Amino acid sequence: MSSPITWLARHLQALLSALGRLLRAPLGTLLTVLVIAIALILPTGLWVIVANARAATNDLTEVVTLTVFLNSDESLQSAKNLELKARTLEKVGKVNLISADEGLKEFREYSGLGTVLDIMKENPLPHVLVIQPNAQNTDHSSLELLRVALTAWPEVDTVQFDSQWARRLEAILNLLQQLFFAVAALLALGVLAIIGNTVRLEIMARRTEIEVTKLVGGSNAFVRRPFLYLGLLYGLMGSLLALALGAVILVALEAPIGELGALYGSTFRLSGLNPEEALRLVLIGGGLGILGAWVGAARHLAKIEPRQ
Amino acid sequence: MIIFDRVFKRYPNGCDALRDVSLHIKPGEMVFLTGRSGAGKSSILKLITLLERPTRGSVVVNGQNTASLSARAIPSFRRNLGVVFQDHQLLMDRPVYDNIALSLIVADVPYREIDRRVRAALDQVGLLGRERVLPSELSIGEQQRVGIARAVVGKPSLLVADEPTGNLDHALAQDVMRLFKRFQDVGVAVVIASHDESLIEEFAQRAIHIETGAVVA
Repeated sequence: MSSPITWLARHLQALLSALGRLLRAPLGTLLTVLVIAIALILPTGLWVIVANARAATNDLTEVVTLTVFLNSDESLQSAKNLELKARTLEKVGKVNLISADEGLKEFREYSGLGTVLDIMKENPLPHVLVIQPNAQNTDHSSLELLRVALTAWPEVDTVQFDSQWARRLEAILNLLQQLFFAVAALLALGVLAIIGNTVRLEIMARRTEIEVTKLVGGSNAFVRRPFLYLGLLYGLMGSLLALALGAVILVALEAPIGELGALYGSTFRLSGLNPEEALRLVLIGGGLGILGAWVGAARHLAKIEPRQ
Repeated sequence: MIIFDRVFKRYPNGCDALRDVSLHIKPGEMVFLTGRSGAGKSSILKLITLLERPTRGSVVVNGQNTASLSARAIPSFRRNLGVVFQDHQLLMDRPVYDNIALSLIVADVPYREIDRRVRAALDQVGLLGRERVLPSELSIGEQQRVGIARAVVGKPSLLVADEPTGNLDHALAQDVMRLFKRFQDVGVAVVIASHDESLIEEFAQRAIHIETGAVVA
């Protein structure tokens, strides 16, 4: 049994040896790392898209509103009372009363039908409450419950909200999330195959060294160790390059997305991985590297035995 | 030290390499395995170093019956042996020091101890000061000495050599044999497979003669 210092020194030696091998073949290393980075960046990009879409639609409180049309015979005072009553509801964030007069004024301004409206003796529009649900209740089922509750009020004529739009958006995001898991699983297999094959080639190139090491008493674990570090380094470097490429792509997309958002009156900005997610990607890359190297090494090292 | 009891070895291609071989080598003894190429000398060494297992019979080395050793136990079994090859089997892209230290690194010997023992082994084979040289920069005789230093640096109780002088001229071969004799003098058992009859006579040690897979003398 070796001392902890000796054990640590052996691992450090294996790590440095693996690093040295990567640095001695910079072009080959770069190409392999680039392929791993591309394999990692595709699901990461999908994740960023889903996360940003979710963040953007968290503003459903801004977008999804329930329009409550009161009965046409309700007085302004009654409408103000209902506004106060609506504010007390648990699921409600903001309530805005648009009186019949304000409604008519807006309609006159934006419809271009001012002269036609002048002919009418009475304002045909009802008082309207525009209700924004609070942040925790923007999903379809919560909105539907709120709609049913408001419709039950005797002063209310109808309640409208764009439920189809919200449901479709939610379905698309769920689909993208499932797609992310499928793509991530497939590309993780790809990374395993890339690293496993790279390690296999490295094992073939070092066949003599492995034979001699086994002949002088090197265990399979000892022989395998530098290859596991090689896989770890490939995985870590691949994930770090994926992060760097992702950051470059984000910077490149920032301006066009800002312009697109401005066209819709939004200040939405595309955001990349947060530090925790970035760390997770690096750990996943490293883990895939070790696993791929293990699979490649276990299979091929067992076949190499010393000759005399 | 080494006991072969009615050992048979048949290779997958159907070749009977050893037929009913029994032999006994004592601790600290120096023994030559002699015979023509293909007689079965290397097969005996392969069974001793656990590169092969017997088809029948038992092989006991250092008190361990090789038939009962698991694959996981083989590395530690080999660490108690020193093996020298005709073609040296050195890592040509590593300096002499690294080649010799490998035997100690796999045994988890601390680095400070490795340094001391590698220098001692190099001193024993007359190559002290050549630590940083690549094997390709050494003569064939010196490469063989590096191979011997690697074999003895782990302080094995048994040294096994397969045609260690096969590529050397007579003077160099004598030098190498004297080295083996010195290790035997300090209690290391030495088994050498060789067909160099003159060298074997010169060193006057026990010789086991093998012919077509059987011990004949």
